Amino acid sequence: MVNPAVYFNDLFSGKLKNSGWLKSTGSLVNQQPGPLSIMVRKEVADHIRSWRFIVLLALLLLTFIATMYVSLTNLKAAVANENDPDRLFLYLKLLTTSDGSLPTFHIFVSFLGALLGISLGFDAVNAEQNNGTMTRLMAQPVYRDQLLLSKFLGALTIVSALFLSLALLMIGAGLLITGVSLEAEEFFRIMSFVVLTVLYVGFWLALSILFSVKFRQATTSALTAIGVWLFFTIFYRIVISMVVKGFFPDPVYLSEADVLWYNNLLLDLLRLAPSQLYTDATTTLLMPSVRSLGPLTVEQMAGAIPKPLPFRESVLIVWPQVCGLVAAIAVCFTLTYYWFMRREIRS
Amino acid sequence: MEQPIIELAGLTKCYGSLKAVDQLDLQIRPGEIYGLLGPNGAGKTTTILMMLGLTEPSAGVAKVCGINATHHPIAVKRKVGYMPDNVGFYDSMTAFDNLQYIARLSGLPEREVKNRTRDMMELVGLGDALHKKAGAYSRGMKQRLGLADVLIRQPEVIILDEPTLGIDPSGVKDFLGLIRQLSRQQGITVLLSSHHLHQVQQVCDRVGIFVGGKLLADGNVETLSRHLFSGDQFVISITLANALPDTLQVLTALKAMEGIKDVSAEGRTIEITSARNITPDIVRFFVAKELDIMGVHKKEYGLEDIYQRYFENNLTDHEKDGKSSGLFQRSFFRKVKK
Repeated sequence: MVNPAVYFNDLFSGKLKNSGWLKSTGSLVNQQPGPLSIMVRKEVADHIRSWRFIVLLALLLLTFIATMYVSLTNLKAAVANENDPDRLFLYLKLLTTSDGSLPTFHIFVSFLGALLGISLGFDAVNAEQNNGTMTRLMAQPVYRDQLLLSKFLGALTIVSALFLSLALLMIGAGLLITGVSLEAEEFFRIMSFVVLTVLYVGFWLALSILFSVKFRQATTSALTAIGVWLFFTIFYRIVISMVVKGFFPDPVYLSEADVLWYNNLLLDLLRLAPSQLYTDATTTLLMPSVRSLGPLTVEQMAGAIPKPLPFRESVLIVWPQVCGLVAAIAVCFTLTYYWFMRREIRS
Repeated sequence: MEQPIIELAGLTKCYGSLKAVDQLDLQIRPGEIYGLLGPNGAGKTTTILMMLGLTEPSAGVAKVCGINATHHPIAVKRKVGYMPDNVGFYDSMTAFDNLQYIARLSGLPEREVKNRTRDMMELVGLGDALHKKAGAYSRGMKQRLGLADVLIRQPEVIILDEPTLGIDPSGVKDFLGLIRQLSRQQGITVLLSSHHLHQVQQVCDRVGIFVGGKLLADGNVETLSRHLFSGDQFVISITLANALPDTLQVLTALKAMEGIKDVSAEGRTIEITSARNITPDIVRFFVAKELDIMGVHKKEYGLEDIYQRYFENNLTDHEKDGKSSGLFQRSFFRKVKK
């Protein structure tokens, strides 16, 4: 049987060769892939062949098909809705329409993406250590950070390939079924949705790799990562609402400006959760008529025509969210790096 | 003298207040097979890790091939092959793929990878198990695969940490024979650590006895034994056909002989310690007494005895310092902390 990784050979080494990391290998680059690309290739092959990934892939595909089915059946009504300024964005409607029986795809992804990230990363480093492969690997002439980078990039490559193909599948199916051509604006919005999703999964991946460095047992790191995920999806809202009840004054006695200020504070607190950042950002990108992620005053709305925003404006609105996600990834990765680089490698 | 290929000077590693390696000085010449001997927990693995730059020493310098291993680990790793004590492979990949992965990582040109991998596996005797999953390999096969993994990069130095652990005796013999053959053919320097004395005795040019983080002695087996047992060099044990009729009288007569230091009798066996080799005189003595000799055996000291002797001495030292009780407390506290 041919190794499935064979099909990716040129793809990955080609992609990585163009980026900066491999320049260090100097003249070898033109024929010889550097250690990092070899390691990434091996990680990708490992993931593809693992049952864990196949199960998650099946889960994600099922959700995708189910949400697409629901939105296709309701598409006619959504597009015909005169009150909706976004009704002409057919492909965005495909992603965001639901009759209430199922959440839309991007809401699903805010749950499943976290799970995907965690499951791809929770045993990245400690499994190598427990199997005794780490010492062997570290005795090779490779830098330690290349191990961390390969774990991260390998899983991220898989995730990007996965979401990109899902998005393209959706566009293709939409073209076949409706026959409506795809606007550039829609295409960019969908692609930025894919990028955001990859970033969001990347955050959970970085977090779970962090735990896999910190904890020796794969189960401990998996449970901790799932604990963090549960905290943010379920308990964080409850905690925030308790804080609001306990510390915020009764809105009846407040001026309008104060109410607005407290509302913004509440939203900022909620945005500490990465899933909130992701949902905010995807909602804005997939629904062009969304103008602000916070409350707007009557003065601000005065004279506004309910019309979809151009792509650039939507991106500007979600830019803080994107920065937040990237920063969260960077923090996780830095900590991982700090803990791993000078640690004693021993099985 | 030749430039040493491995040079450790004042190497020290502390874990908290525990000194795992204490002021270690060691030099290994190119092409030599050196055995690092010591009981478990003597600091052998820690020393090896410091040589590869996988652990930072608390003090001292480890130089391999003239390169400082702490500051330039990558350059050292290019020249050194290391096999850890419990070598692990990616179980879901075949042995061939495992080895190919390492070959690629070590920078072997892509077109040579497949052939070299196959050659190496045949060299270590795994030619007919190329495409088996590494998870299905037995312990001995994994050890062989580990050796192939070390050799595939054509290193100048190979470091083997407990290479014979978990292999059956005939396998050990083959394995060590292979190492010796390779070292002699290609001039590779070999450093192997072990607590199995007989095995090391078979292949090593030089051994170092390593206990409690200190190198107690180093040299070849004969030098070590001469050095250690210089006080009671010749021990002859004589087995008689029947028990002595009058033990006390015979023993006193023996003791009166010139050069005999000590005599002890147990049943039919008499053990005589002498300063010189006076076996013929002793035999003549028994013949004159009309006692039937069944066997004469001159005791030779092997590594086992050397090791035993050093280890015993060291143990009594420890007890004097009250160090062992301190060790116990420390490990106890560590457990509680966790």
